[in-house]
Amino acid sequence: MRSVSIIGIGCSKFGERWDDSLRDLVMDAGVPAMEDANVSGEDIDALYVGNMSGGRFIEQEHIGALIADCAGLARLHIPSTRVEAACASGGLALRQAVMAVASGYSDVVIAAGVEKMTDVSGGSAADALASAADREWECFVGATFPALYAMTARLHMHRYGTTQEQLAQVAVKNHHNGNMNPISQYHMEVTVEKVINSPMVADPLHVLDCSPITDGAAAVILAPTDVAKRYTDTPVKILASAQASDTLALHDRRDITTLDATVYAARSAFRQAGIETKEIDLAEVHDAFTIGEILAIEDLGFVEKGEGGKAAEEGLTRIGGQTPINSSGGLKACGHPVGATGIKQAYEVVLQLRGEAGKRQVEGAEIGLAHNVGGVGGTALVHIMSR
Amino acid sequence: MPAGIVSYGVYIPKYRIRVEEIARIWGDESDVSRNLNVFKKSVPDVDEDAVTIAVEASRNAIRRGRIDPTRIGVIYVGSESHPYAVKPTGTIVGEAIGTNTDLTVADFEFACKAGTAAIQACLGLVSAGMVDLGMAIGSDTSQGAPGDALEYTAAAGGAAYVIGKDDLIAEIEDFYSFTTDTPDFWRREGRPYPEHGGRFTGEPAYFKHVTNAARGLMQKMDVSPEDYDYAVFHQPNGKFPLRVARQLGFTKEQIYHGLVVPEIGNTYSGSCLIGLAATLDVARPGDRIFAVSFGSGAGSDAFSIMVKDEIDELKGGVPLVRDYMSDNRNMHLDYAMYAKHKGKLRL
Amino acid sequence: MTMSTAPRFWRHIPQRYNLIGTHCANCDEYYFPPREICPNCRRDTVMEDHKFEGTGTVVSYTVIHNATEDFKRQTPYTLAIIQLDEGPRLTGQVVADPDDVEIGTKVKPIFRILGKGGEKGIIYYGTKFVPAESSA
Repeated sequence: MRSVSIIGIGCSKFGERWDDSLRDLVMDAGVPAMEDANVSGEDIDALYVGNMSGGRFIEQEHIGALIADCAGLARLHIPSTRVEAACASGGLALRQAVMAVASGYSDVVIAAGVEKMTDVSGGSAADALASAADREWECFVGATFPALYAMTARLHMHRYGTTQEQLAQVAVKNHHNGNMNPISQYHMEVTVEKVINSPMVADPLHVLDCSPITDGAAAVILAPTDVAKRYTDTPVKILASAQASDTLALHDRRDITTLDATVYAARSAFRQAGIETKEIDLAEVHDAFTIGEILAIEDLGFVEKGEGGKAAEEGLTRIGGQTPINSSGGLKACGHPVGATGIKQAYEVVLQLRGEAGKRQVEGAEIGLAHNVGGVGGTALVHIMSR
Repeated sequence: MPAGIVSYGVYIPKYRIRVEEIARIWGDESDVSRNLNVFKKSVPDVDEDAVTIAVEASRNAIRRGRIDPTRIGVIYVGSESHPYAVKPTGTIVGEAIGTNTDLTVADFEFACKAGTAAIQACLGLVSAGMVDLGMAIGSDTSQGAPGDALEYTAAAGGAAYVIGKDDLIAEIEDFYSFTTDTPDFWRREGRPYPEHGGRFTGEPAYFKHVTNAARGLMQKMDVSPEDYDYAVFHQPNGKFPLRVARQLGFTKEQIYHGLVVPEIGNTYSGSCLIGLAATLDVARPGDRIFAVSFGSGAGSDAFSIMVKDEIDELKGGVPLVRDYMSDNRNMHLDYAMYAKHKGKLRL
Repeated sequence: MTMSTAPRFWRHIPQRYNLIGTHCANCDEYYFPPREICPNCRRDTVMEDHKFEGTGTVVSYTVIHNATEDFKRQTPYTLAIIQLDEGPRLTGQVVADPDDVEIGTKVKPIFRILGKGGEKGIIYYGTKFVPAESSA
């Protein structure tokens, strides 16, 4: 199995992109990525694209062919695959791309992610997102996606004393970070009071505890590590690519305050990379809801189970803290164009490892981690990258 | 061979609205509660309807009598608020209580007496030995047009009766019905609210049919009011049953336990049957009950019921009518919430 | 958005109305919704139908203020993960004052409308829950 590196990255601005269709967004991320990697269409061997629900949002399936076509690669007849794992579609697309290169099947591969969510009403978008949960046994009886995360938060608060203020601290930090990120949907600071006083969505999660509906796309280009320097002076090596699954319905989990999929994917990733948790300099984790970040830092092993709230409160996870989490602004501030998020996380880690993160730069960043979750933890992807 | 009631169950939703609150909205300054002798009425929850009420009432009947649901060979549900115009309520009830597939079902409609008509039909099949047990249900979430007099009393509730030949808790000794074509109250297909004839619903409708059915039964059986411990009449308001009782020679004491309308309103197909259940809740072996329903359109079914020893083996484990009526269970709504619950707000 | 379709709903009526699941006689574990193969026993599965009592305990809950179109009418409503007495868990609504629902509250089943397929579609009936100590 060959070592794989990222040789180019691109990311569209995230937000309500009224002027742009899904096809436009893909180009917005893909063209800069190709330029960044100094590759042309003829160099590409395969394309993987993460997209959760073209069908529900724009009534379009066959996204693999669509993206290849938009990218002008259809005439080159490259294999193009759409990958879906709900909110982890991007991370999964990255893993599929890594495996294609690592196995020797392909040499230069694009891993992209895209979601166009604002062409339908907010209600329709929420219903489409709910299909990441168990339609028959959760949604049908009245569960919404936020409600499921809210129930993990409620039990976490009951068992470990996590408070609403601690959850809000995650939002405060991520908005502060996002404010320094050009691609972020939101450029605004928030306070703990503002978060707690925002309308309740599903108790205890308020509007400002939840990531928004967003349009966006991101792309990375992969190549075998031993030829990466041909394309770029700043390749980033992929030390690990791991994936795990768990029951679809939250109620079937072993422990609803732990995403076992994250735990298992992380374990596999750290073993693959041959490193320990404390060697991670920064991590992009899946904060679809503030509680998501708290669970993530526990389940990835950055803090003990139950200590996530305290870590957020004590600033362990801010840029400059012990383990900067979501220097990009996370899903919370950047927005969460579902299929794109996993790739955008890789984009941020690469920027940080290259030293190109500007005001968000984590000093001396050498090893980074990206953590992407599907649904309420039915799928988890963990990637570890190094300079 | 005698046939009658093997078990029974009721269900009344927990929400209430005071008659004064409705009067307040419509600027009615007369003493409506006292005029009607109705103080509040039951209101269904947003996720309740005549089907869910029928299921809860019949599950209570099954539980109370420890009935094996596979013995039930017929289910008839009477309502004027069946949620489907086409697709029976009874099949949903059957599935929910655990009958098997050798079952006949049909939905009944005859305004407020659809439930007693269902009992009569079950009695026929049971007495003829064509089914082992029958389930007769009267259930409604009746609507009154906003601002109309019926809005004060149109309520939600239901009662279920298991009809059989053995292990009777109460024998239905006989019945007599009086029926004419009288358009006192009606609702056209597709219309949300009923129409009624105002004062025409009194003498030519309610009183004529109830008294004729009652006298017809008493003549047929050669009995009189003194032969009865209790009487239950259909209860469109709290005044009509008092008046018709007096007209027929029954006392206030005889109808006291079965008069539920002042606290829960008129539950239409559930009305007489919930009153009967409230009476059975307190009845002792050897008590005799005279019950007369009324359905607009119009007709009355009169029943003579003899309570048996087995009634003492029944009680326990299932709420009584007075449990459903008790204050600490009930939640009062204002008119706005009431309108939301009743679907009067067009979405 | 119509929540489901007639055949899809019909297929699960025994689960919706009566909480019919399965029980593996080999390892004595209960499953809801039903499973054909026991994850513990696999080839040694001895599966039989089981009708759950419906009584259980609240594991966690939330009060939903923002719901999808299909449930808008009911907000705010309480959703909970409930552990049935026999073991398996399910997700369901608890019809109660929010103050009466806590982690550990005991519940019992009731029959209610879960939703509708719009104005013209069928009505989806099923099981919700109330606190066990609510009278009637």
